[in-house]
Amino acid sequence: MAAGDFLSNVELISPSEFAKGKILAVQNYVLLCGQAMANLFRRPLYVADIIQQADFIGWGSISIIVLAGFFTGAVLAQNSASTLERFGSVSLIGQLVSVGMVRQLGPVITGLMVAGRNASGIASELGSMKVTEQIDAMRALGTDPTKKLVTPRVVATVIMLFFLTIIADLFGIVGGSMVAILMLGLDSHQYWTSSWQVLQNADVITGLIQPVFYGFVISTIGCYYGMTAKGGTQGVGRGTTQAVVVSSVLIVVIDFFLTRVLSIVLVYR
Amino acid sequence: MLAGQRAESSGPVVVFENVVLAFEDKPVLDGVSFSVSHGETKALFGIAGSGKSSILKLALGLIRPDAGRIQVLGHDITEMSEDELLALRDRIGMIFQESALFDSLTVRDNVAFRLMEEGKVSEEEIERRVREALSFVELEHTIDRRPAELSGGMRRRVAIARAIITQPELLLYDSPTGGLDPVTSTTIVELIVKQRDVYKTSALLVSHRLQDAFTMATHYFDRQTNKMSSLPAGSKRELPVTFLVIRDGKVIFDGDAQQLASSKDDYIREYIS
Repeated sequence: MAAGDFLSNVELISPSEFAKGKILAVQNYVLLCGQAMANLFRRPLYVADIIQQADFIGWGSISIIVLAGFFTGAVLAQNSASTLERFGSVSLIGQLVSVGMVRQLGPVITGLMVAGRNASGIASELGSMKVTEQIDAMRALGTDPTKKLVTPRVVATVIMLFFLTIIADLFGIVGGSMVAILMLGLDSHQYWTSSWQVLQNADVITGLIQPVFYGFVISTIGCYYGMTAKGGTQGVGRGTTQAVVVSSVLIVVIDFFLTRVLSIVLVYR
Repeated sequence: MLAGQRAESSGPVVVFENVVLAFEDKPVLDGVSFSVSHGETKALFGIAGSGKSSILKLALGLIRPDAGRIQVLGHDITEMSEDELLALRDRIGMIFQESALFDSLTVRDNVAFRLMEEGKVSEEEIERRVREALSFVELEHTIDRRPAELSGGMRRRVAIARAIITQPELLLYDSPTGGLDPVTSTTIVELIVKQRDVYKTSALLVSHRLQDAFTMATHYFDRQTNKMSSLPAGSKRELPVTFLVIRDGKVIFDGDAQQLASSKDDYIREYIS
């Protein structure tokens, strides 16, 4: 009986309606991204809001980035140690951790952490404003909400993610050094020298271009789901969850394609 | 005429011509036509979901009609760009149903929001005008508080202060007394009457409470006593309050209180009984 009641309340959508809805969502997202970028060349530019968001996104995320980076590097060193030991190449741990963190893990882990913390924060804040008509009130008071709310968040997230990634990379290498020196008994000078020397320009460029894309995705996805929230608190909750899920998935997908493109462009050896 | 210029006092401030609006294929407004004259307060009534709040959002350009034309303060806003509408909204104030105050800002920053965004006025002048607007709604003492610390009625009054700080020519009220107790509702109605009679502001008002609109139609703001007073019996003074009743997306009544009270339409008689 309960299953029947449930099924009778389920609203079926035709595949064409479903597809139209998704295409419309993508269209609206692209328009929002375009507006956010165009606002950089239009006045006013809300510099105070950018700084405020940078403080919240950057400084507010630093503790989780330090922890995530440190333990990611430590786990990477720990897991690769047993494999390297079989080949008598434990001394290469510094290089492995360094390249792994700088080229891939640092940007991706940072992106996922910030997506979880800030995509949700942005979506819930803007979503709450949307369902309580504060966005409409802003328009009624002569202020463009994309200029005041969206663009500062996009700029702040892109800039801060760049620096947070560098911090994650550094603490990842520190975490690897803890394992290498304290647990495996490697020489610290050798570890740090090899970590530094192995890095090529291509590794650093790859590792620092990714946060720009991830920051843009995290902030625009969060803003999109916030600005389109409806249905009261339930709608805000749904939008917040979707913002985290979609931005996290996009980070992983973009990582694959971006790394591939950069490896061709930068010609890895 | 540029958006920054004030409208002439003779023409209507709002004109709706055969406006049609639908949400997800569900019709809300079906050929609605009416006008609001300078200094007039038009009260909109209808059952829930009849499109009253949508009329206010259409008048402000927050949503676009599917058909028809809308003129506000002498400008056809139907095809206006968002940038042009942002400039025109400087002359319009809106009070939202749940106040829509920015909860991360203080009362001062909420009321001063438009002035701070424009950046044309000094800090001292902003402070002066904020205090003036808050004293109009008798809430100057809340200037440093946040919206969460205020009662529903106080938030509604702060929303009025925020809307009137630039002395707009047109005010849009979306259920200004909705969810409030009778005493607080009377306070809000008194502020609306005060704004109408002291500043001669035109208004479109959505309400679920007929008694509020009838109060506005039979009371005036007495500047000597600084209170709302009822018109003496037999007074020939006409207060500029009209009523618009919407049913099934169409206007079924547009007239004054006397015409509404003497209407022979069964729906209207049932609505006002």
